[in-house]
Amino acid sequence: MQITGAELFVKALLAEQVDTLFAYPGGQAIDLFNALYGVEGLDVILPRHEQGLVHAADGYARSTGKVGVCLVTSGPGATNLVTGIATANYDSVPLVCFTGQVPTHLIGNDAFQEVDIVGITRSISKYAVTVRRREDLAITIKKAFYIARSGKPGVVVVDLPKDIQQALGSDGYPQSIEIRSYKPNTSVHMGQIKKSLDCLKRAKHPVFLLGGGVNISRANEVMTALAEKTGIPVVTTIMGKGAIPTSHPLYVGNLGIHGSYAANTAISECDVLFSIGVRFNDRITGKVSEFAKKAAIIHVDIDPASISRNIEVDIPIVADAKNVITALLEKAPEFDFHEWRMQIDEWKKQKPLGMKQTGESGVTPFAVIQKINEIFSDAVITTDVGQNQLWTTQFLELTDQKQMLTSGGLGTMGYGFPAAIGAKLGNPDKDVITICGDGGIQMNIQEMATAVVYELPVIICILNNGYLGNVRQWQEMFFDKRYSSTCLRYRKSCAAACNTPSACCPEYTPDFIRLAESYGAKAIRVQRYEEIESTLSEAKNTEKIPTVIEFIIEREENVLPIVPPGKPLSDMIMGGDE
Amino acid sequence: MKKRWISLFVENDIGVLARISGLFSGKSYNLNSLTVGTTEDTTISRMTISLTSDDKTFEQIKKQLNRSVEVIKVVDFTDTAIHMKELMFVKIHGCSEHDMMKLSYMKEIFQAKMIDYAPSMALIESVQTEAGNNDLIKLLESDFSGRIEVVRGGSVAIEAISFSER
Ligand SMILES: Cc1ncc(C[n+]2csc(CCOP(=O)(O)OP(=O)(O)O)c2C)c(N)n1
Repeated sequence: MQITGAELFVKALLAEQVDTLFAYPGGQAIDLFNALYGVEGLDVILPRHEQGLVHAADGYARSTGKVGVCLVTSGPGATNLVTGIATANYDSVPLVCFTGQVPTHLIGNDAFQEVDIVGITRSISKYAVTVRRREDLAITIKKAFYIARSGKPGVVVVDLPKDIQQALGSDGYPQSIEIRSYKPNTSVHMGQIKKSLDCLKRAKHPVFLLGGGVNISRANEVMTALAEKTGIPVVTTIMGKGAIPTSHPLYVGNLGIHGSYAANTAISECDVLFSIGVRFNDRITGKVSEFAKKAAIIHVDIDPASISRNIEVDIPIVADAKNVITALLEKAPEFDFHEWRMQIDEWKKQKPLGMKQTGESGVTPFAVIQKINEIFSDAVITTDVGQNQLWTTQFLELTDQKQMLTSGGLGTMGYGFPAAIGAKLGNPDKDVITICGDGGIQMNIQEMATAVVYELPVIICILNNGYLGNVRQWQEMFFDKRYSSTCLRYRKSCAAACNTPSACCPEYTPDFIRLAESYGAKAIRVQRYEEIESTLSEAKNTEKIPTVIEFIIEREENVLPIVPPGKPLSDMIMGGDE
Repeated sequence: MKKRWISLFVENDIGVLARISGLFSGKSYNLNSLTVGTTEDTTISRMTISLTSDDKTFEQIKKQLNRSVEVIKVVDFTDTAIHMKELMFVKIHGCSEHDMMKLSYMKEIFQAKMIDYAPSMALIESVQTEAGNNDLIKLLESDFSGRIEVVRGGSVAIEAISFSER
């Protein structure tokens, strides 16, 4: 039977078992939307901005393990996706983004709303392609889903010119696909497994360093079993947090420039670093030449390009993390690293993560996140970017029922709230909470309408310090406290240069409470410690509408410890009483 | 730092060249030349890439090329016996009779051809290794400074059959 390209598009989505489509219409996508009208088994979600849309698809994908699917129009619709595409691709999130395009005969003519989105996204996507012939449509969509979810997952952009959407052609959609130039390797080389185990046999102070790859391959359970069997302590990156439950006795903490003392010290002192699904980026290594200097390094990654790129690796294993962990679990003996574990526990006890109460109210990020830990047991927690994110990665407890979503690679402000919307759509039975700053929430606050109209009771925790806090902290610590363009309470009436917040600072704008209420959301401002728990509980019990909780925190609270730029991990500036 | 050669088999699709060259510019790899053309299988293009890098960066470049979805095969030609040639045209302006004499000696020695001619102009075609073409240009430059116009195609290369050196 002959059907239009748009009809085939819908057929393909259903065949790929897409149940949720994040979509924003426009002229060059109108045929696709027409074909979507009234289709059953496919929820079409209309966010309020394409950036919110793509972050929502990202949050949906990260929290469900399915491919997130976006549909937008050409030109501005497509360019509004760019930040979200880069965000997802950097963190290896599988997305397929369909963009409308001007008809093929107009491409290159500066037609209305024409942009070369394939060219624009080439370096921030796994694959990007314009469909130029109706005959290629089915196979291209099949290919897109396969590439997005296989190997190291990533973003695929499929650009659909209007004439292709309208053209009649076959209704066939392939069952499977073979791509000669794309054959991701997932199977494990047993020789390398053996070598790595031999290396462990000689070790006295080994550490597992787990990154996002462990979470992406959903290897959490086998990984916990492997840690238990071998008795090797576990350090995680921000993206790897939750790889094993954070309350597990073998869990040490996050490493990196805001890592815990115990984790950074363990990395600096270990003799074998067994790393899985990490890319050793500069946020975790500190000064590279000093990183894990005493250790033989084993590195498991599905991407050969991440091996020996930043850190010289002794034993590389290129394969899917879950396959490697499973093979290790089968082959590994039980070791005895008792003394080493005692040493690490000692470090943990000496300098635990935490936060002194600086202000009078007691509303500290630490207190807020601790209450979140207590109240929510089955939840997805998203973060924005900035201090709010760093505190969350430090203090949030994760179990196999709790997942954290964060923009680790690109560090995109404005990510947290829309990602929470996507996570809630994908996990209606879980509590979904986003923790953000007063700056970042304003980057996609328009999605409050989306949360309200789709009756999504997400909980939006705004840690309001009146500053772009993370940048302000750097200015305080490394730029002589010159608070250049970081005060969000600044008004024209203020002095041109000011680094002394006080009770006299101008009113914050917007008033988050009234703003949220105008959208039809519930909104509560918290200024006393005692209110933290009751407010979070109230939000948890609120159905069908989102709740905004604005926590007024100390204006100049810092994230500690911190490793100053260019310094090794052992040179932490500690918080607390040091 | 060392000069390297890669032969790259890619899908013959729109945008692949941009993806490959974009990889070099985006990641600050030092690209010397890149040529591309189709093969006996018209769905496959073959690129010959010359670049300069240290060992570690070169490893990374090969991996990055390999992980591109459109790349079918990466072959490192650096220390392999290959045949490699580059097509070059040089137009020489304002030639006297004496100049023409000199040119015909030069072309003999460099095994180049004079393929076009006017009373005061000559066009030379040279198919040499890159180094050979460099030498020819140097010589022409010293004798015909400011009067030459050079077009070079970049090298193409293929594995040798029985030669052990290039
Ligand atoms: C889109 C974007 N723009 C700028 C930055 C740089 N940046 C990183 S953290 C930060 C401050 C964030 O402030 P806020 O959202 O108030 O959170 P806080 O750090 O105070 O928790 C900025 C500007 C970024 N990461 N992303």
